[in-house]
Amino acid sequence: MLTFTLRRLLLAIPTLLFISLIIFLLVDLAPGSPMSEIPLTVPPEVRQKMIAALGADQPVFVRYILWLRQFFWVEPAYLLDGWFGTDLAGDQQRILSWQSRSPVFTVIGQRIPQTLTVIGTAYLVGILIAVPIGIYSAYRQYSLFDQLGTFVAMIGFSVPTFFTGTLFIIIFAVWLGWFPTKYDTTLEVTDWASFIRQMQQMAMPVMVLGLANAAAISRYMRSSMLENMGQDYVRTARAKGMTERTVVLKHVLRNSMIPVVTVIALGIPSIFGGAIITENLFGVNGIGAALIGAIHASDLPMVQTLAFIFAVLIVGFNLIADILYGFLDPRIRYD
Amino acid sequence: MADGAAPVLDVRGLTTVFHTRQGEIHAVNSVSFTLSKGEVLGVVGESGSGKSVTMMSLVGLLPSPPAEIREGEVLLGGQDLLRASPAELSSVRGAKVGFVFQDPMTSLNPVFTVENQIIEPLIRHMAMSAADAKARAVELLDLVGIPDAARRVKDYPHQFSGGMRQRVMIAIALACDPDVLIADEPTTALDVTIQAQILELMTQLREKLGMAIIWITHDLGVIAGIADRVMVMYGGQVVEHAPVRALFHNSQHPYTRALLRTIPKITGAREGRLSVIEGQPPIMTSVPRACPFRARCAHAHARCEAENPARRAVDGKPLGQGHDVACHWTPEAENA
Ligand SMILES: Nc1ncnc2c1ncn2[C@@H]1O[C@H](COP(=O)(O)OP(=O)(O)O)[C@@H](O)[C@H]1O
Ligand SMILES: [Mg+2]
Repeated sequence: MLTFTLRRLLLAIPTLLFISLIIFLLVDLAPGSPMSEIPLTVPPEVRQKMIAALGADQPVFVRYILWLRQFFWVEPAYLLDGWFGTDLAGDQQRILSWQSRSPVFTVIGQRIPQTLTVIGTAYLVGILIAVPIGIYSAYRQYSLFDQLGTFVAMIGFSVPTFFTGTLFIIIFAVWLGWFPTKYDTTLEVTDWASFIRQMQQMAMPVMVLGLANAAAISRYMRSSMLENMGQDYVRTARAKGMTERTVVLKHVLRNSMIPVVTVIALGIPSIFGGAIITENLFGVNGIGAALIGAIHASDLPMVQTLAFIFAVLIVGFNLIADILYGFLDPRIRYD
Repeated sequence: MADGAAPVLDVRGLTTVFHTRQGEIHAVNSVSFTLSKGEVLGVVGESGSGKSVTMMSLVGLLPSPPAEIREGEVLLGGQDLLRASPAELSSVRGAKVGFVFQDPMTSLNPVFTVENQIIEPLIRHMAMSAADAKARAVELLDLVGIPDAARRVKDYPHQFSGGMRQRVMIAIALACDPDVLIADEPTTALDVTIQAQILELMTQLREKLGMAIIWITHDLGVIAGIADRVMVMYGGQVVEHAPVRALFHNSQHPYTRALLRTIPKITGAREGRLSVIEGQPPIMTSVPRACPFRARCAHAHARCEAENPARRAVDGKPLGQGHDVACHWTPEAENA
């Protein structure tokens, strides 16, 4: 298992390097310059100097190598310095946002908590709803509950979140007035009242995204359960006189969770990626919103860095899914 | 075998129907048999003749729907299992009746250790503590001839060979010291040499533990070595029933005779091709009103079409205790 993990980690390096190159080049092809936010009244010589100061006048490969070095060396050094008070980074140049002129990772550090609280909660809620529903739907296949579950899941599947989101805003915020239409990032939870407010403003994005996630996961859970329910070992468990509870919640579930856990792990990067639309819709000032903002402002370093972080997450969670698989299924040994 | 003593298992008129999209399938049609203490009853018949469905009907192992047990009584130690609640049935399964299935490769749960799977019935039925059950699990593995049991008990099923897995299944089935062990083609999926070892093991265990065994097979050759009595099934019915010697030396039913001809002879010169019975066993879509074997029978006549033959005694003993057959034709009639 350890050798497998190490081998996979080593393999991930060329993969990520390749992805980073593609991302860098693609984003670099896009029109836009660090000066797009600077008024036209600034004289050309000054402009030129400002561009040079940002290193944006260098050839693309120099900038790529520089960016890689910053991403993999300088930024982790700053992170460690921040944690342990060391001085590894010295005064090396960090990746700077063209838009705000501040380090990209400072912005990301500010945005991630919003994304994690709202979108992360939605994913978690989705899983917690989906797993029991999937189990029960499979156990009572074709029952009213199962049919209803299929119907709701189909809606959750096929209706995009920007539609359900808008619908929720109209119903719950505009008509009923239960929840605020816009997420207030500055709200700090200090007491019971502010906690309630936080819950209220989280409710809609969590419901919308949770529903979408629950739809997919409950379907996986159901079909995985159904596949295992007909297996010979289930008959053996019944022949041993195990109660239905043990048969379903131990024997069938433990086997059915193997693919579902994998799917859940693979879906975690989508918390960040898939959140883009929902964050914008509800005004959650998270990482997805940061990406959209950066694209609008032609803030290339920000876009490159965020896109690459998504790529790292996807590669990383693929690895985690593989390891989990080997962990859950004793038949799989990667050595 | 223990004449006069009350049988451990007494099955009367068992009838099981499957509800399918195409209509009903009458898989088991009024099957009756008994099983005495410590006895081995062989059940033979081609695949599809209703052997498995009969045995699974006894203890509620068939999913319902589609299965429906329409009629009958299944008396186990005086209790009618067909009238028992699901909870009562689940405390009979694994405790009083043990099962060994055909395919040892898929019958064990791949994600739990063998120990985990053996201690489950011990904890459920014998109210053992986990520690006691684990100690017992090692004893059981030892009993079924798994070397180095104390270490192997922590292994997962995929770490065992097919034959060893079947031994594990036998250990699970015997864990709670059942009165009846039902072995549903336990050697069919195994290599010939392993088959012989499992047969040998079962013979030993039966002598040591004294449980009654129902041994299902489609191979009469296996039956000869292990069974006391044999029940031949066809189309979900018992077509012939006899002590093992009588069945081999004085078979009455054309189907039994055909089955006997399919056993390859080891002695003497090669007899050319292995004989097979032409045709397929029927799928019964309604209550049988005619002999189910008539289409493949060389002796079929008008009466076979008109009337499903009832079981009749051949040796004058009461039905189910001696030799009986369900056929309108007699070998004597042939010779006359
Ligand atoms: N789940 C089911 N649904 C419909 N028919 C079934 C089902 N299980 C078994 N049968 C039918 O019951 C008959 C007897 O099957 P079975 O008892 O498995 O035969 P065997 O003697 O090989 O064990 C077969 O004709 C089969 O088609
Ligand atoms: Mg069978």
